[in-house]
Amino acid sequence: MSRPHLRPDGPPGATDTLVRGETYVLTTVYALVFYVATALLVGGLAFRVWQYATTPAPLKIPTTPAPTTRTGVWFRMAREVVLFQSLFKSNKWIWLFGYLFHGALALVLLRHVRYFQEPVWTVITLIQPFGKYAGFAMIAGLGGLWARRLLVPRIRYITNPSDHLMLGLLVAIGLSGLGMKFLAHTDIVAVKAFFLGLMRFNPQPLPADPALLIHLGLVAALMIVFPFSKLLHAPGVFFSPTRNQVDNPRERRHVAKWATARYESGK
Amino acid sequence: MAKVDILDRAAGEELPDPMEMPALCPGAMAQSNPYLAQPAHNEALGFPGELIEDWHDVAIAKMGELLGKYRSLKVYLDSCVKCGACTDKCQYFLGTGDPKNMPVARQDLLRKVYRRHFTLAGKFFPKLVGAEDLTKEVLDDWYSYFHQCSQCRRCSVYCPYGIDTAEISMAAREIMDSIGIGQKYCNEIIGKVHKIGNNLGLPKPALASTLEDLEEEVYDDTGVKVRFPLDEPGAEILLVTPSADFFAEPHIDGLIGYAKVMHEAGVKWTLSSYASEAANFGMFIGSYEQMRQVAQRIRKAALDLGVKRIVVGECGHAWRVAYSFWNTLAGPWDFLDPNYPVPQHICEFTYDLIQKGKLNFDKSQNDHMTLTFHDSCNVARASRMGDMPGGQFEIPRAVIKAVCNNYVDMAEDTIREATFCCGGGGGLLSDEIIDIRKKGAQPRMRALRQVVEEHGVTHMAAICAICKAQFTKVLPEFDFARDTIVSVHQLVSNAIILTPGPDDDEDEDDDAPDGAPETEDDED
Ligand code: HEM
Ligand code: SF4
Ligand code: SF4
Repeated sequence: MSRPHLRPDGPPGATDTLVRGETYVLTTVYALVFYVATALLVGGLAFRVWQYATTPAPLKIPTTPAPTTRTGVWFRMAREVVLFQSLFKSNKWIWLFGYLFHGALALVLLRHVRYFQEPVWTVITLIQPFGKYAGFAMIAGLGGLWARRLLVPRIRYITNPSDHLMLGLLVAIGLSGLGMKFLAHTDIVAVKAFFLGLMRFNPQPLPADPALLIHLGLVAALMIVFPFSKLLHAPGVFFSPTRNQVDNPRERRHVAKWATARYESGK
Repeated sequence: MAKVDILDRAAGEELPDPMEMPALCPGAMAQSNPYLAQPAHNEALGFPGELIEDWHDVAIAKMGELLGKYRSLKVYLDSCVKCGACTDKCQYFLGTGDPKNMPVARQDLLRKVYRRHFTLAGKFFPKLVGAEDLTKEVLDDWYSYFHQCSQCRRCSVYCPYGIDTAEISMAAREIMDSIGIGQKYCNEIIGKVHKIGNNLGLPKPALASTLEDLEEEVYDDTGVKVRFPLDEPGAEILLVTPSADFFAEPHIDGLIGYAKVMHEAGVKWTLSSYASEAANFGMFIGSYEQMRQVAQRIRKAALDLGVKRIVVGECGHAWRVAYSFWNTLAGPWDFLDPNYPVPQHICEFTYDLIQKGKLNFDKSQNDHMTLTFHDSCNVARASRMGDMPGGQFEIPRAVIKAVCNNYVDMAEDTIREATFCCGGGGGLLSDEIIDIRKKGAQPRMRALRQVVEEHGVTHMAAICAICKAQFTKVLPEFDFARDTIVSVHQLVSNAIILTPGPDDDEDEDDDAPDGAPETEDDED
């Protein structure tokens, strides 16, 4: 920790060739962790999406009233993903907290895009001031959901330890992030250099700042569990037959391949 | 009228809210089990007769097979975030307080086994993610609680991902059938359809004589000869209706209504003895194969009789199967007249004639009643009528309002897509589980009580054979009269003004033998 921060734009000679010792180990470990996490996240999600897309839906089961056209289904899906329409019908408290959390999460994620590009898109620059406080909204939303999970007997009944863990993970990511933003600033220029370096397969030294290391470690953990957990609801919603099917069974015959093979191949 | 809610209210207390949340009573309904199918019932459908020795492995393999065949199952088992939005949406939870009747908890009975066997997290950290092995206790829970789900899809309306517990229940029942754990009520009935053509096991002579009696009855009542044709080749329309319409009250009054409408429409129509059943319990047990076989009978009947159109009588799940699945299971229907929807619901048929001004009514005939309408779950959330989404709500109401002067809807959060199941759907209409049926009916009964007390409603109309049978049975438990439930086409029948036909004085055809046997069974 006593070592001076090494930065690509630092004093002459402090280039990536000087990355060594503790920082070297740290950088290497985090670089590897992020490569693995990214590979698992992308590969895992791609596998799931492939699975969902190739598993047939042999019967027409849209929850009606349902749109009678493809375009209508796009709108229905958009209302579900952007507004959480069904959840709104269902329970205003869960909707409020859930919407707060996801909306804020979306802003926060967008805000983070600046660490991965140079130059930064104007939109991303424009949302920075909002994104800055979105972290608090995210924590508030998660807090509300967690409180319901603990206090409402019906929801407590259906909760598994992993559900608490997931909330804890997200809260911890949020808090460590906010900590760096508002309490103990970290060297974000170096952080950006690290991630740009990762993307170019030329890792740059990562600041050995505890808040940052915790934050990044938890994010990597989230990326790794994503394709193995209930976070699959994010791709899942797009593949839900009750939401993505067109209500036109009388007009269009709908038959799965396995059913054709089994019952109609002789015809 | 009713002041007492027999389930949990003392007399004189204020009107209970249909949505009132019960306290959690874990295990309250664990002992609710429908009768197991006998070996003969199971074997007739190609299932093992009794619980097989290697049931565990076969069940897991079956689950794997279904996961590959049904995207719904796969996506729904993965996607639930345990947000809890569905927990208070099931009438069986509202009526019993048993937490395993919360839709998500019901799904979890299957999901925990899925996680244990088909997910990495469940294999390595079972405790963490609530994964469990399929033990005999879990299997017992499956049998109890997947038979406390009427597959009504109310939960799927409210889940942010549209997770449909009906899909999970169907899969669970299919897995149980595959290891020899069948439910008697459904499996026995499906066997009867394969053998005889309808759920009641009503053979052709019995059917013919019933229809003949009906013709006489209507003639005596109205002086007009309204026909109830059976197996008449050359008819334009095949009417497929639940067999309860042939003998149960108030179903049969609905059948009379269909016949009168057909009479006024001046079309040649017929019933079929081969396809004398609209119900398709293959759906309840989740079996594509069984559902397909039952649906194929209708195709065969339509082809044999050479009809041009098919109209379906008042039945909820039957309309779901007909509307949503017939094209898939028994299509293409390219031999039918494409100018009409295939199939067409009797309410669409009647509504269409009303729109064209072809029917005349004396609405005052229904003035002794104030009506409300119970949207049947399968019609409401799994089908449509007419061209517009939501036609399944508006068309039956339009028909009722065309024939009745007094109509009031029940509370908004208990009708249309938010409607409750009657409590007896999904293969639960069996007497040994009357307890869960009563409790599941409670939210609807409370909503009914509100309009009875606040608006003087006297009758509730429905377009489902199961709803009608269920309500006839449970209404008295809530201090309503049995005949509070009526068929929509019974109302049409009351009000319709019949035109005497050319054959009113003739006395011809119908060579049904008399002395037809009694129905061998009183199941609905
Ligand atoms: C297509 C994108 C997404 C949609 C439509 C979506 C929608 C939802 C909805 C409707 C809920 C239920 C309400 C609630 O509990 O908040 C939910 C829960 C949740 N979502 Fe998402 N989500 C999406 C993406 C994500 C992503 C990317 C993450 C994570 C990093 C995430 C994490 C969570 C968590 C942890 C919960 C459970 C909260 C709890 O335990 O109560 N979601 N999501
Ligand atoms: S489908 Fe209906 S009966 Fe089954 S869990 Fe959902 S709400 Fe309850
Ligand atoms: S509403 Fe859907 S996601 Fe939420 S707990 Fe119920 S089934 Fe799971």
